Amino acid sequence: MLKYALLRLLGAIPTLLLVIALAFLMVHAAPGGPFDDERVLPPETARNLAAAYHLDESLPQQFVRYLKSLLQGDLGPSYHYRDHTVSELIGMAFPVSLRLGALAMLLAVVIGVAAGSFAALRRNSLPDRVVMTLAMTGISIPVFVIAPVLVLLLAVQLQWLPAGWSGNEGVARFVLPVIALALPQVAYIARLMRASMIDVLASDFVRTARAQGLGTMAVVRYHALKPAMLPVLSYMGPAIAAILTGSVVVEEIFGIPGLGQLFVRGALNRDYTLVLGIVIFYAALVVLLNLVVDILYGAIDPRIRQR
Amino acid sequence: MKALADLWRRIRQSRAVMIIGGVLVVIVLAALIGPLVSPHDYLQTNFEQLLQSPTISDWRFFGTDDLGRDLFVRSMLGVQVTILVAVVASIVSLVIGVSYGAIAGYVGGRVDAVMMRFVDTLYALPFIFFVILLMVAFERNFLLIFVAIGAINWLDMARIVRGQTLSLREREFVDAARLTGVSTLGIIRQHIAPNLIGVVIVYVTLTIPQAILVESFLSFLGLGIQEPNTSLGALVDAGVNQMEGAPWTLLIPAALLAAILLSFNFLGDALRDVFDSRSSR
Repeated sequence: MLKYALLRLLGAIPTLLLVIALAFLMVHAAPGGPFDDERVLPPETARNLAAAYHLDESLPQQFVRYLKSLLQGDLGPSYHYRDHTVSELIGMAFPVSLRLGALAMLLAVVIGVAAGSFAALRRNSLPDRVVMTLAMTGISIPVFVIAPVLVLLLAVQLQWLPAGWSGNEGVARFVLPVIALALPQVAYIARLMRASMIDVLASDFVRTARAQGLGTMAVVRYHALKPAMLPVLSYMGPAIAAILTGSVVVEEIFGIPGLGQLFVRGALNRDYTLVLGIVIFYAALVVLLNLVVDILYGAIDPRIRQR
Repeated sequence: MKALADLWRRIRQSRAVMIIGGVLVVIVLAALIGPLVSPHDYLQTNFEQLLQSPTISDWRFFGTDDLGRDLFVRSMLGVQVTILVAVVASIVSLVIGVSYGAIAGYVGGRVDAVMMRFVDTLYALPFIFFVILLMVAFERNFLLIFVAIGAINWLDMARIVRGQTLSLREREFVDAARLTGVSTLGIIRQHIAPNLIGVVIVYVTLTIPQAILVESFLSFLGLGIQEPNTSLGALVDAGVNQMEGAPWTLLIPAALLAAILLSFNFLGDALRDVFDSRSSR
């Protein structure tokens, strides 16, 4: 098991390097520099500025320099927010996004698994069709459509919940963003769960359990639930990426000062270092969480470790 | 050609496919013809008719926005952008995905293992952030956005085509062809390719909503299609700012986008039932 985990960890390193190189190249292959749009600088100043940010070095030199400081957790200075380093900005914004994303993920798994199992147990009945049509709708409708419509309905019209982040305290301000973020994932997990529960319910060990006189609820709880959840577990990787993507939109709509909002502001301001830093941070986070999912999968299903 | 005619016959028999296909055709036709027949222009502002609610009269079916521009024409223009992104991105993902998957599947062995390991690696990455990075680094132009969107959506296609090719390669009729001296290229053209058309159609249909989603996501954030051009994502974004006084500015483009995405997803599902009888359980 330890060997398996270590192998996986080693396997993640080339992926991370690829991501960093790709992101770095994209930014540096772009025409023009970060200071081009400001007033024309005297050549002396422009040279000093370039030297201060090491823009006068060759691309490989810059890349090695960037990698070295990255290893020390330094993502360089922000071009737009001049008083802060990129690492500081990420450090301030990330905790909010983390809380939001973790809550959404929890909600998605709990409701998705329950709804999917329910549909599988009542296969081809009316409730099953309703749940599956809702799930398809949930998958199709993007977060940036769900979120404003929820705000319009629950915050503006009915006034049950606050629409914004600032000026509100406590749990209430989390409700709408978390629901908006979780809904597409609830839908996806419900579909996955239904399909795999149907497969598991048709397997021999379930039939044996039934033959021994175990009731449906007991069969599901003690025998079917765990194996049926394996596809959901392997979906966690893409789900994490999807929730990160969704959080960009949700934070923008609700005005939440998280990483997603920082990212969009950085992109609109053409803050190269900030955007580069956040992309690398996101990618590293996704790779790391995928690693955790992989190792968990290996821990639960010994067949995976053999490969 | 015979394979295509055969497929068309099977598609036509599915009522679900024909109904959803019909809905999409109506939306596309409205988007193409609507702006031509409407007396309004997508750019023209009208300060006497700001935020008018939708009516039948005077072609104001969807009302006007906060600059008095006609929302019917602008929405239809947005649908045109959506169609364009669907076409360009699906061609890009089709070309990359099918050739990558077919090579990996047909060559097999170590080449296949390395190629598929690469796909697995890319699968884990949040690609949309790289597209945003690209938008920041380069000038935002239509084509770059569309090609970038296609370039991130080929992974599913590659996987499916590879799996299908791998299993076809082992079938008796391919062995028979090889024994009678048909060349590799001949086998791919005559025996592998026709058998791939079904799954390719299904996965193109499922790639299209993903491409549309990415484009409207970028435009919603202000990083995609720029004013005075518009797209459904940009219209939803504008609608969010007006929703308290003029909810239709949000709800109409949102509903259009949702309808298009939903139709493509249902169409993909229905087509899968047509081509793969196992999954129709």
